[in-house]
Amino acid sequence: MALSRISLSDFRNHRQTGFDDTQQFNLLVGENGAGKTNVLEALSLFAPGRGLRRAGLAEMAGAAGRGGFAVAASLVPTDGGDAVRLATLVDPRRPGRRAVRINSGDASANSLGEWLALAWLTPAMDGLFMDSAGARRRYLDRLAVALDPAHARHVARYEAALRERNRLLTGERMPDPSWMDGLEKQLAAHGAALGGGRAALIAALRDELAQLPPEPFARPILSYVPGGPAEAEPLQIALREGRARERAAGRTLTGPHRDELDVVMSGKLAPAANCSTGEQKAMLIAITLAHAALAARGRPLVLLLDEVAAHLDPLRRAALFERLVHSGAQAWLTGTELPPFEPIRDRAAIWRVARGEAARID
Amino acid sequence: MASQEIERLAQALARLPGLGPRSARRAVLWLVKRRETSLVQLLDALADVRERLVECTTCGNVDTSDPCAICSDPRRDAKAICVVEDVADLWALDRAKLFTGTYHVLGGKLSALDGVRPEDLNIARLLARVEAGGVDEVVLAMNATLEGQTTAHYLAERLEEFPVRITQLAHGLPVGGELDYLDEGTLAQALRARRPVG
Ligand SMILES: [Zn+2]
Repeated sequence: MALSRISLSDFRNHRQTGFDDTQQFNLLVGENGAGKTNVLEALSLFAPGRGLRRAGLAEMAGAAGRGGFAVAASLVPTDGGDAVRLATLVDPRRPGRRAVRINSGDASANSLGEWLALAWLTPAMDGLFMDSAGARRRYLDRLAVALDPAHARHVARYEAALRERNRLLTGERMPDPSWMDGLEKQLAAHGAALGGGRAALIAALRDELAQLPPEPFARPILSYVPGGPAEAEPLQIALREGRARERAAGRTLTGPHRDELDVVMSGKLAPAANCSTGEQKAMLIAITLAHAALAARGRPLVLLLDEVAAHLDPLRRAALFERLVHSGAQAWLTGTELPPFEPIRDRAAIWRVARGEAARID
Repeated sequence: MASQEIERLAQALARLPGLGPRSARRAVLWLVKRRETSLVQLLDALADVRERLVECTTCGNVDTSDPCAICSDPRRDAKAICVVEDVADLWALDRAKLFTGTYHVLGGKLSALDGVRPEDLNIARLLARVEAGGVDEVVLAMNATLEGQTTAHYLAERLEEFPVRITQLAHGLPVGGELDYLDEGTLAQALRARRPVG
């Protein structure tokens, strides 16, 4: 199964752009600002959520249009069966509301996930290993939610309880002990579930990544460093016993809001943050592909890889392409020039993108 | 420029939950056009509410008598008290006659961010009711929100010292769901399957 017969209408700088006769590899080549990433963003809307830029709907509506946009595509089975027509749009008369149609019938955004799995990697994630621990926790939670939607509830509850507890800790009066008990009970329950979800995700990713050869593609070794006791009861005890110290500090010092994701490159065993830009990129790609394989669970997989080839040396690039071929996923790749894609040219559909238009060149 | 009278009414209405200045102004214009009909009805209804409604000093319910009709109903089981956040929750539970005991309205939920502390809620009177004796069971029917559940834990702890069974609504209430919006079947199920607070 793969996406084909794609059309973008009034989507960012694309007034009317179409992609037919797609292949396993689909290359979008053009200058920066030409509208390549916009195409990937449009495709990312075939998953529930806000797409790969996490942008608002109004931002995605083209300036030349009337405040709405439409993106449609056919999910074509390889066995020659009937295609499924997917569309997502914003009606200019109802801005702020994203409608989804599947085979012409109204559907929820969540029901898109019954048909296909999407995964993406953009340059915005390049700094992940150098970024704050909080950015890595948010990244982990996004990945965990894709595997288990219930994870989102534990994240939200934990953060809400944490805000409440921190507010009580910094209040003028001594925090009411029974009130603290009530909050800590919930911090412990949701915190244990939250940490458990992250630990399970990292364990699953480790298993998936362990199947890869360490060379030539940089293989990351992930480990989970918990910020507090993993089980609910010890966490609750630690919170209760930490009250005096934490009132002095003005915040909660133990729990999964202090978790860290540790990433080390196998072989040279260096922390990811100390590795070269190309090595970091390779490790991010490896995590993205491993997670995509876990999350797809039998659904057709579509990968959106923005500007990934340019940062890799030829050896790693060849390894990436080989891995993509074996994944069976449909891949959409962008780049400013064609030569890096030479190894897959003969099995790719290629478009040159300029000023919001796409012309098929191969 | 609207007249002072219209502005004053619009400002008063704008503070109603879920209304806001724009809707309030629209409501005022609608009422002004119907000064002899709908506006008169509204005035009468408001006057009735102001003159006749009181807060029950036992349970915090709003009714025309104090104690309220529920607290003074001899068929009600005074040995069981169902604690709710707001009067709207009481109405939702009582609409279906699911609970045969009496109620206690807290008038909100604990929230550090919103500055709602234990002493801001109708908790002292609940403890006094339980302490007075004759109560076997306290059902904590808080909303499934974080603050609702924190309030339930808080009350459970404060009630620990009394010889009463403390239960809470079974889970299965929607996330962040407010009792008021639940259908009766779901409420009945949550109430039937209530369990001891752990
Ligand atoms: Zn009463």
